Amino acid sequence: MKIITFKKVLTISILLSLLLVLVILVSITMGSVKVPPFRSIRILFQSIVGLKGAGSETERTIILSLRLPRAILAGFVGAGLSVSGAAFQALLRNPLADPYILGVSSGAAVGAIIAILLGLSTFSLGLPLASFLGALLTILVVFYFGRQEGKIHPNTLLLAGVIIGSFLSALIMFFISISQKEELHTIIFWLMGDFSFASARAILIIFPYILFGVFLLYLRSRQLNLILSGEEHAVQLGVDVERVKLICYLSASLITAASVSVCGLIGFVGLIIPHSVRLILGPDHRLLIPSAALVGASFLIASDTFARTILSPTELPVGVITAAFGGPFFIYLLRTRKVVKTL
Amino acid sequence: MIEVNSISFRYRQEWVLQDVSFRMEKGEFVGVIGPNGSGKTTLLKMLYRLLSPQKGEILFELVPMKKMGRTDIAKRIAVVAQETQLLFPFSVLETVLMGRSPYLGQLMFESEKDLEIAKKAMEWTETLSFSDRAMDELSGGERKRVFIARALAQEPEVILLDEPTANLDIHHQMDFLDLILTLNREKGLTILMASHDMNIASEFCDRLLLLQGGRIYKIGTPDEVITKENIARVYGCEVWVDQNPFSGMPRINLMKKGVREEDETLGRD
Repeated sequence: MKIITFKKVLTISILLSLLLVLVILVSITMGSVKVPPFRSIRILFQSIVGLKGAGSETERTIILSLRLPRAILAGFVGAGLSVSGAAFQALLRNPLADPYILGVSSGAAVGAIIAILLGLSTFSLGLPLASFLGALLTILVVFYFGRQEGKIHPNTLLLAGVIIGSFLSALIMFFISISQKEELHTIIFWLMGDFSFASARAILIIFPYILFGVFLLYLRSRQLNLILSGEEHAVQLGVDVERVKLICYLSASLITAASVSVCGLIGFVGLIIPHSVRLILGPDHRLLIPSAALVGASFLIASDTFARTILSPTELPVGVITAAFGGPFFIYLLRTRKVVKTL
Repeated sequence: MIEVNSISFRYRQEWVLQDVSFRMEKGEFVGVIGPNGSGKTTLLKMLYRLLSPQKGEILFELVPMKKMGRTDIAKRIAVVAQETQLLFPFSVLETVLMGRSPYLGQLMFESEKDLEIAKKAMEWTETLSFSDRAMDELSGGERKRVFIARALAQEPEVILLDEPTANLDIHHQMDFLDLILTLNREKGLTILMASHDMNIASEFCDRLLLLQGGRIYKIGTPDEVITKENIARVYGCEVWVDQNPFSGMPRINLMKKGVREEDETLGRD
């Protein structure tokens, strides 16, 4: 009899963590400046134990100050988007839901674009802070209009999110149409998702939100299973559905806000990673949430590594890679594994 | 065990239930019948507090239900309602284990003991043999039995059933109702079943509650409730009521238009 136990979740999490570490190691050895793989890894491990033996000063800077922070950031964002996508799919009971479905991302984009147009993006944290603020404001507005009598009706919330998202998209197009050529390039790259805005300090800002949000969602993962079976079922089984929904919606929105604010709108990760993991490991959120986090992190780090090396020294927006690789892979999964019934 | 004291409920303007009162004793098998929109499902939803009445109150073993916690209710009252669409299907065992949810509290994982209880529930309902199958691979009858297993895993005192035999063929209807009757007689579970099928309600239930427009029209034994006159008044149609020759319970016979007129002469017999 197959049941989800703590041991099973732990075992799979450890295996996927090993995969993640491997992806990070490969990622830091790749780039336009060639640093031999073993020297890169030696630089990393020596810095962890506090030594400074291996490599030249330049190589150390490239590995430790550029590639490693970028990989870690991509990891946090990949994990965050995957988990919030999984949560939105369960909460809205909609297989097409993704982290951007409630318009949070459009709010982040408006914040980011305003920052770019006002020249705030030249300050190191101007861009992420402005876009985080935009996302948070959007969350407030969507939940203000999306709730009725203190209750969240998924369809009402979805509608509020989609409509506010469309309104913000109009703003985005307006800003694009009045912007200058150099700004335009920055805006377009941000909209396609790009880690070249990333800095080590950006990690420090977003990781508490992503970690906290994922943790809150994980604590409710058993209740999320019941909500996925239907809200009335969850009530029948003693779940305080409205409270759990509010906590989960807000956690997932906060994760999305923090993720997009540092790297723009990276598409596809939040849609296909939860589905892929679900197709292989089943729909139980106690296993799905940690697994999706680790797989999502690995996937986005790998995608970003491709994005910055494939046409090196030119960097592509990472969103191009996630869609180009993720789409066909997901189709393959759909064809070979059991198809999501309602899709 | 359950005492419903003149409850009324409305969603917006119109009252869906008005001044409904009745009592259920431990171990009873009660049927709720009535036309579409008479308030059967709403009444059931009140009894596990998915909805709360605007007037009146419901007592469960003398405790007002609005003072009970959600998990307390789920430990004592299980529900098998009309199914929702399965988005990402769980396995049979996973579904039955969900019945342990009210006992887990803050715990994340089920224990060995929970697994034992789930297995027992699956033995009762003969679902153990396909415990690893996904819910969307089952037939309607199998799925119904899994939901009964989930209800049993809650170790409840009461099971509420909403149209349990809808969408089942007669073979599976009989199997299902025999199972419910066994649980009622052997495990002493109190059962409340809302049903459209008056012959089933008459055959299996100890008492029937006939609803009309949100009010109780008649409450009593099947003999008292299922009569030609009551059916005509509540449903507004002519049927012929006789007795099932084997069980002696009242039985409804539907007739087409031409035959219905002759029924008048039969009635004077």
